[in-house]
Amino acid sequence: MSKTIELRNISKFFGSVIALKDISISVNSGEVLCLLGDNGAGKSTLIKTLAGVHQPNQGEMYLEGKKIFFNSPRDALDCGIATVYQDLALVPLMSVTRNFFMGREPVRGWGLFSCFDANFADRVAKEKMDEIGIKVRDPHQAVGTMSGGERQCLAIARAIYFGAKVLILDEPTAALGVKQSLMVLRFVARARTRGLAVILITHNVHHAFPVGDHFTLLNRGHSMGTYRKEEIDQNSLQTMMAGGKELQDLEVTIQEEKELQPAVP
Amino acid sequence: MAQPKYPENDLQENQDERLREVSFLSRQLNKPELGAISGAVLVFVFFGFTAGGTGMFAPDGIMNWSTVSAQLGLIAIGACLLMIAGEFDLSIGSMIGFAGIMIAVPSVYWDWPVWLSILFAFAGAVSIGFINGYIVVKTGLPSFIVSLAFLFILRGLTIGLSQYFTNRTIIGGVRDIAEEQNDWMAPLFGGKAFQGFFQWLGDNGWLETFADGTPLVNGIPAVILWFLGLAFICQWMLLKTKFGNWIFASGGDAVAARNVGVPASRVKIMLFMFTAFCATVYATCQVMEFGSAAADRGLLKEFEAIIAAVIGGTLLTGGYGSVVGACFGALIFGVVQMGIFFLNIDSSWFRVFLGGMLLIAVVFNNFIRKKVTEAR
Repeated sequence: MSKTIELRNISKFFGSVIALKDISISVNSGEVLCLLGDNGAGKSTLIKTLAGVHQPNQGEMYLEGKKIFFNSPRDALDCGIATVYQDLALVPLMSVTRNFFMGREPVRGWGLFSCFDANFADRVAKEKMDEIGIKVRDPHQAVGTMSGGERQCLAIARAIYFGAKVLILDEPTAALGVKQSLMVLRFVARARTRGLAVILITHNVHHAFPVGDHFTLLNRGHSMGTYRKEEIDQNSLQTMMAGGKELQDLEVTIQEEKELQPAVP
Repeated sequence: MAQPKYPENDLQENQDERLREVSFLSRQLNKPELGAISGAVLVFVFFGFTAGGTGMFAPDGIMNWSTVSAQLGLIAIGACLLMIAGEFDLSIGSMIGFAGIMIAVPSVYWDWPVWLSILFAFAGAVSIGFINGYIVVKTGLPSFIVSLAFLFILRGLTIGLSQYFTNRTIIGGVRDIAEEQNDWMAPLFGGKAFQGFFQWLGDNGWLETFADGTPLVNGIPAVILWFLGLAFICQWMLLKTKFGNWIFASGGDAVAARNVGVPASRVKIMLFMFTAFCATVYATCQVMEFGSAAADRGLLKEFEAIIAAVIGGTLLTGGYGSVVGACFGALIFGVVQMGIFFLNIDSSWFRVFLGGMLLIAVVFNNFIRKKVTEAR
């Protein structure tokens, strides 16, 4: 059976910089793939390629066995691939409802006279935000008036609503507190049971490990391999990701510095 | 240990404990057009007292300032939508001059029918709008600088081409030709509507008439109807349609908009074309009213349009504004300009007023934006 989404040997260059080189990943529906890597590893570039923001220079993408090419994020959305970007892709001056349906507005009526179905949109936006645990005080309030966590939840609720097949989350827990992070992870798990293919990007192994089925490590644009959950434990993931050797070296250096320092009188 | 008591336990299911009742006035404050509407009321009250006896509010006086406001309003609508989408067009004024020449030269010197010349002007202007927008979107340069280039290019072309083809910069006789040809399109821009109604008012003595029985005001100029029609359509489009949402999104954050599937580049290019369209409607009405086109028409109009939009609550940075606001901005503009004329005050004071008004509007808009975007 073909995978829900599959990337084969994707490479992406920005001028002379190799952002991604021969990356192959695949996710089935009902699975969570965690992309792990340090800053500059190419995680965001990879998901932006998947989301249609960037076009790959080499390699192919397949959705349910069919070859796909995205000219724009709109194409990806039309295929049922929804993304929560790191910068959330929200417009602060616009209302919750308008942000929720930005680019995918529900319309009523026909032809030139079709108009934005505000009642439906308000209702859905409020409902979906309720589901993710944010009580929207007023769906017409500007997103700029919401807190960081609320904005994150809005972007996630939107992606869950529109992501029919694949849901991509770029560092969804970076700006969140403990409680809200857990809420988001619970949503990732729920999206998986609903049969979505989920790609979760993070550099927090503690967040990745409980929900992930597969783990792909990226380093400086190269893949360092994909592991199934059974094959690896949290510590070795952490070590591989943070560069265990570097951490040990750091420990040694600190120890040495301490010894060199004269005792404080 | 005592359990903390949560206030929501006392509340009903659907009520959010953090939703504060806000007063009607406070809710209105969040609407961009509030400033312009209250400003317009103030202006009317002021001139009602000071210029009430000068004929400013007699039928012909009303027609006078509403025509001025409508003309400016036409281009303010275009400028306002483009500004909400996050771009500027400084070539509006030059486009007015250029469109006028595009009508006058073919109809007077090349013997084209007037309707064809008008269509030619619209096609030409909208194409230039497209090029303007295309350059802005593709290069990513600020539209300020790109359209500033077009301000000079178009003004230069207007003077240069009219001299090249006709050896003059003022081309008259367009209206005579239109009347001679019995052109069907010219009255749509230069005609007056509801003439029968005004005649009827005059016949019944409800409207002052000249000695020969024609009423003092013999109809509503087409430019006012164009203005009202466009204002209505654009406000509806901005608030009630998908495309309107795309305009806000493109101006609020073009990258975010693109990432969620809004064709921001297309939206911006279309709005550049729309401002060119508005400028051409303005130019056509003017040419048909005066019967002539001149190369210096529309000078500084781009700034007046932007001022009207800003007074109407549109943010210079994009993403926020309203067509109704821009219309009221234009109304304030027209009423004050004509009011000062009726009061016989030196028109230099109008500029002082305009600058002051602009400053107040920008400060006020800035305050509103902070209020809208900051966490409550």
